[in-house]
Amino acid sequence: MVLEFREAGIYCPAADAYIDPWRPVARALITHGHSDHARAGHGSYLATRAAAPVMRHRLGDIRLATLPYGEVLRIGDARVSFHPAGHVPGSAQIRIEVAGEVWVVSGDYKTVADGLSEAFEPVACHAFISECTFGLPIYDWPSEAVLAQQINGWWAETRARGQTAVLGVYALGKAQRVLRLLDPGIGPILTHGAIEATNAVLRGQGIALPDTVAVAPGLDLAACRGAMVLAPPSALGSAWMRRFGPVSTGIASGWMQLRGVRRRRGADRGFVMSDHADWAGLNAAIAATGAERVFVTHGYTAPFARWLGEQGYEAGIVATEFGGEALDLPEVEPDPDRDTRNDTDPPLAARQSAP
Amino acid sequence: MKEFAALYTALDQTTRTSAKTAALAAYFASAPEADRLWTVALLSGRRPRRSITTSRLRLWAAERAGIPTWLFETCYPVVGDLSETIALILPPPQTRIEASLSDWIADLRALDGADDAKRRDFVLRAWDGLDPTQRFIFNKLITGGWRMGVSQKLMTRALAQATGIDEAELTHRLMGDWSPDTTTWQGLIAAPDPQAALSRPYPFALAHQLDLAPDALGPVTDWLAEDKWDGIRGQLIRRGGSHHLWSRGEELMTDRFPELATLAQALPDGTVIDGEVLAWDHRAAHPLAFARLQPRIARKSVPARLLAEAPVIMMAYDLLEWEGRDLRAQPFAQRRAGLAQLLGGLADGVALRLSPALGAPDWAGLATLRAQARARGAEGLMLKRLDAPYRMGRHRGDMWKWKLDPLTIDAVMIYAQAGSGRRATLYTDFTFAVRDGAGFVPFAKAYSGLSDAEFRAITAWVRQHTTDRFGPVRAVRPELVFEIAFEGIQASPRHKSGVALRFPRMARWRRDKPVAEVASLDDLKAMLAQYG
Repeated sequence: MVLEFREAGIYCPAADAYIDPWRPVARALITHGHSDHARAGHGSYLATRAAAPVMRHRLGDIRLATLPYGEVLRIGDARVSFHPAGHVPGSAQIRIEVAGEVWVVSGDYKTVADGLSEAFEPVACHAFISECTFGLPIYDWPSEAVLAQQINGWWAETRARGQTAVLGVYALGKAQRVLRLLDPGIGPILTHGAIEATNAVLRGQGIALPDTVAVAPGLDLAACRGAMVLAPPSALGSAWMRRFGPVSTGIASGWMQLRGVRRRRGADRGFVMSDHADWAGLNAAIAATGAERVFVTHGYTAPFARWLGEQGYEAGIVATEFGGEALDLPEVEPDPDRDTRNDTDPPLAARQSAP
Repeated sequence: MKEFAALYTALDQTTRTSAKTAALAAYFASAPEADRLWTVALLSGRRPRRSITTSRLRLWAAERAGIPTWLFETCYPVVGDLSETIALILPPPQTRIEASLSDWIADLRALDGADDAKRRDFVLRAWDGLDPTQRFIFNKLITGGWRMGVSQKLMTRALAQATGIDEAELTHRLMGDWSPDTTTWQGLIAAPDPQAALSRPYPFALAHQLDLAPDALGPVTDWLAEDKWDGIRGQLIRRGGSHHLWSRGEELMTDRFPELATLAQALPDGTVIDGEVLAWDHRAAHPLAFARLQPRIARKSVPARLLAEAPVIMMAYDLLEWEGRDLRAQPFAQRRAGLAQLLGGLADGVALRLSPALGAPDWAGLATLRAQARARGAEGLMLKRLDAPYRMGRHRGDMWKWKLDPLTIDAVMIYAQAGSGRRATLYTDFTFAVRDGAGFVPFAKAYSGLSDAEFRAITAWVRQHTTDRFGPVRAVRPELVFEIAFEGIQASPRHKSGVALRFPRMARWRRDKPVAEVASLDDLKAMLAQYG
């Protein structure tokens, strides 16, 4: 086996390295900077060049080497390379070749281009380890153009009513993707500290983002009535929100596809926007690899593996500890003015969202 | 359907009552009359008769989406709503059909008697010509069960805004078993037909649970106390030479309770009585358990055996109309005196009794009577202010439920099932067991009483502690202990434990209690002996 599934994570014996391990290990290959994939405490890290600044920002002083997309590095008997996964800026699928046999670990991925992340590229392989957070045919994402229209429309309506729009988005990836969709002609764009810190890191590596104003003490909020505020989902409904006066709240997440979840979260609006692949995306990505063996992790693994089996794949399930797209609010309210580094950490209830 | 879909979207996109009312009022002011009438019908729980079975819909939807039926059935509990599941899995529409809400309903009803192929053809064509929101609504028209986040009260308020008609008057006009087939917008709302009003019930007065000490209600002499009976709240109407019995859910129950027919004929025309239908032990002059009434609710016609086993009476609470006059504005004391006089004139043995007044010189005396309520077959007391009018709906201050504290028992969760709708992604429906020897025996199901945060925590626990699966149900390690509260306990040969509980719910999650401390089947049987 090119890869094995161990307690600490997905392991490659030929390279003596783990991919996105969830227990501390000597050598970690990291697909992207979200905190359920890039954890603290490993001896050394290898990631893409574009993922490095965010990882340093979140994990501090770590031993981190980088590799450009597509370039092959020899580790032990394995040939390792990173390929765009389209999930967030710097995210990668990891290709590992040992004695002519190729395995690919997808990490988290999205097949539709969002204008921000490096676009997903299918990688031919014998075995593909695919996430399936949204691996049911009920998940079907709208286009970026439709999302832009919906979010800007909501913002304009909210502003016309004299209210402020507050949209819950994750600090890395989703927030910047929304920023690129917003029409700055409508009004000012404000950001929560956790998001602004990530914006600064991405701007520093040359990613163009519209102007934003960090919500900080001293900011004249009365003058910002009618603004769009981007905040981590955990800030919605918290004391931090009170400073904005009358607001309309929104959440941008793939889970907003379901009316029941929208109602349960109690936000005024739900936008179906995910950094993971929808049903059609997962199926197309898997077909494009040409793999015969597919292991599915995280999400609706049992039905998705059965479906793949019926499509002629040799399909298996791998138990992982990735959080994917967190469905629920963390139980603890965040400290509003602190950079909440772990804001992508999923709450316990969403650790395993398989039904 | 475009206007109705836009209304649905507007209602779905806000949690604010004022915005919902405004969206509805705007719709009522502008939509075609036939659509308006159907909207009022749908939002007050009146739906067209089901012309296509849901099993057919599931099959056709899976076929159209190109997925196996098992995968469809996996998606359904995740979404928690059949109409929504179908709307989500279908491929994008190929055409665009423009038809109004009432047109779609008429087309659906025209399928009555059509063969399967014709129904399938119609449904597939509709799915292919509607956008996802319209598909969802179309599916809901077939499957029923509307919940648009709009209560009947909110709908009535919007209707009042749009028409300028008084809200209380509209509430009354919308009572009863009208349907868009039997009436029109003009006939029901704009210029109602007095003939149609003959069977119409008054909106029920409802009580709040007493949440303060009764002394706070003032002198005990301002109040009349009665037992809180556990049956089916009903309104008995005698007008125009016939009689009607309505449930609080505005369901016509006349034919289910033929005992009340002779009684109703003994009442003069123009009489309306509010009361409780109870299964009654005539010899003991005591109510039978609610469980005995249940089989009578379930059936539309009643076999003689059931009539003998569970005869009913109506326990009368109030007189709402007398000699054709609406008495609701009178003080309760006056209405009750009229009711007592009316019942006093009836022959012995009729199935109508006056709910007895419970007298005590002070609140402490009433508290003693309340503590003894279970022995009288009641759930506690009702307190009614003697000078209050009969108001519609739940109005604080005139009428209180002063229920007994529930019975409780500590039990362990053994099965969990996901909820539906907004709780579809959470495990919320649990089966509880007590100890029986070395094992456990299930005795109750409950799904309410915990916070969303607790349900989330339990959901995570269930996923990690599943020992077996039976379709949507998971067997879990018997570890989590809950205090189960319930209103009554009855012997039941249909249940493995031998008992059936009334209104079981989770009073508390006992994280502090180990499973070794849950009650045993013997404890449950002791409760049955004492309270059953």
